[in-house]
Amino acid sequence: MANVIRRQTPAARLSRGLLYGVLILAALFYILPLVVMLMTSVKPLSEISAGSLLSLPQNPTLAPWTKAWGEACTGMRCDGVGGYFWNSFAIVIPAVLISTTIGALNGYALTKWRFKGSELVFALMLFGCFIPFQVVLLPMAQTLGWLGISSSRAGLILVHVVFGIAFTTLFFRNFYVGIPNELVSAAKLDGAGFFRIFWRILLPVSAPIIVVSVIWQFTQIWNDFLFGVAFSAHNTQPVTVALNNLVNTSTGVREYNVDMAAAMIAALPTLVVYVLAGKYFVRGLTAGSVKG
Amino acid sequence: MAALEIHNVRKEFGSERVLKDVSISIDSGEFLILVGPSGCGKSTLMNAIAGLEPVTSGNIYIDGEDVTWRPPADRDIAMVFQSYALYPSMSVRQNISFGLEMRKVPKAEREAAVERVADLLQITHLLERKPAQLSGGQRQRVAMGRALAREPKVYLFDEPLSNLDAKLRVDMRTEIKKLHQRLGTTIVYVTHDQVEAMTLADCIAVMRDGHILQLGSPDEVYNNPVDMFVAGFMGSPSMNFIRATLEDSNGGYQLRIATPGEEELVLPWPEARIAPDMAERLNQPVILGLRPEHFSEEDERLTSQAEGTLLSASVAVVEPTGADILLRLPLGEQEVTARVGPKCAVVAGERLSLRVDMGRAILFDAETEQRIA
Repeated sequence: MANVIRRQTPAARLSRGLLYGVLILAALFYILPLVVMLMTSVKPLSEISAGSLLSLPQNPTLAPWTKAWGEACTGMRCDGVGGYFWNSFAIVIPAVLISTTIGALNGYALTKWRFKGSELVFALMLFGCFIPFQVVLLPMAQTLGWLGISSSRAGLILVHVVFGIAFTTLFFRNFYVGIPNELVSAAKLDGAGFFRIFWRILLPVSAPIIVVSVIWQFTQIWNDFLFGVAFSAHNTQPVTVALNNLVNTSTGVREYNVDMAAAMIAALPTLVVYVLAGKYFVRGLTAGSVKG
Repeated sequence: MAALEIHNVRKEFGSERVLKDVSISIDSGEFLILVGPSGCGKSTLMNAIAGLEPVTSGNIYIDGEDVTWRPPADRDIAMVFQSYALYPSMSVRQNISFGLEMRKVPKAEREAAVERVADLLQITHLLERKPAQLSGGQRQRVAMGRALAREPKVYLFDEPLSNLDAKLRVDMRTEIKKLHQRLGTTIVYVTHDQVEAMTLADCIAVMRDGHILQLGSPDEVYNNPVDMFVAGFMGSPSMNFIRATLEDSNGGYQLRIATPGEEELVLPWPEARIAPDMAERLNQPVILGLRPEHFSEEDERLTSQAEGTLLSASVAVVEPTGADILLRLPLGEQEVTARVGPKCAVVAGERLSLRVDMGRAILFDAETEQRIA
């Protein structure tokens, strides 16, 4: 880069060249699994059994992708992961929206309408970030049973909302702490109430932290396997569970290309979300730490 | 009827007593300034008036109505905050009309109010901008506009000028004063800047440790302070406090300032200002309060008519400010500040003859720091 002052001796250039070489090798090493997955997913089965993992596909085909989407067997049924892909969306979208909304309201109340013990409430909510999933499996199953929503999408949404609130509250609380209390005082004097102040004053400036919360929750819930496998029926399974079933279903020859295609399909949404909104994610996480 | 009346207000945070029995009453159209060092309770008192914090006991009346337990919105007050607290997502126009919108004022009236206020504060060209696009001075105007739009009974200003640079602060100060003279509004204004307090107020309340030490006009507070704290807080450079002994001089009084190893320094106390309490303090240590402007350079041409007591001292430091010159001079064991005219040609190290206007001097008890005379 032209805006860096550095020494221009041959030795300095050599060491710089070495540095770049090491970095490029490391980058290649990290991207390799993805490249192998992509290449394998477009190879016909014959090429996989014959060639090496790293050979380029000779006759690229999209057949493994269409099979993974619509025909591959996941357990007893053979209709691909497509249906479960939409299942995942049907669980993730409401769960993300609800947990983000509640987190925002919690963060707002905990910072701008402090009450006796509000710090304790926040500390207890933070505790929720550190509870391992396995611990709550049994009590949660019982609760869902009582509520009459076991094995349903609503049940899974509830589980993810409950687990997500700890994190979304943390995000919004830390963001709203940086917003001056005088803003809320001014709005109170102007005659606005709890929800009006939230809606008109706080929410319009919350875009950075909303992005953080949505990406975080989307990724967490989309990638969840344990709750998905524990609290769903075959028609409400998320795509992660379906992918596992697809890979574990043995029907003679193992179709690596279909497995890879299904894995790519399952991973795609989180990748897309991160690529589209990743820079806002970083910006939102550091919001408030730097002024302007 | 009093526009604002505060009756025996106390405020406690746990065991800490922030306001200890504060009572103030101001008339409609009066400009009250709460002044004091940080932590004196002035902002807490302001928040209590605004209704942002409940008081522990006591009552607050606005226009005769007890508002002690009414929420901020129902008190008919508006507040200008130190940080301006402009709503960042709204344009200037929306900022100004938000309070009216919350009070369900019809749109046409809101628009008219915005126009009126924008015109008054000369911010019409800024109406469509967001707060982030405004300079500090412009934000300050918008914050005032937001308060003015609602035409409340009482305006509260919480250190509104402390975030502005020095020049702008002086301009805005004048502007606030003009605005007050023009609109005749009732204003309560918190500041720690004694110049702001002196220039703006009809009435100053000097606070310390949750008490009001003195409540009076700027002239009273400045020239007749009740104790050493008020005397030292108001005025810049602040009042000189000189340790002295009160002595008898032919039926009158005089003050002896200890000057070890030098010629003696005795200042006569003017007869017209003898107070009854002085008799019992004969030969006891007292504190003599002299403001820098109570000193003046001896002018030989005027000797015949000049008032005050002559003394001479060597000058330690000369600080020209442009408009006048501040001199630091040792007087006995202490150093005092004197303010002389800009033409004074004295150099550090020289001796200078000065007149002291003892007619304006103030005497304090050395222990209680209360005023004696």
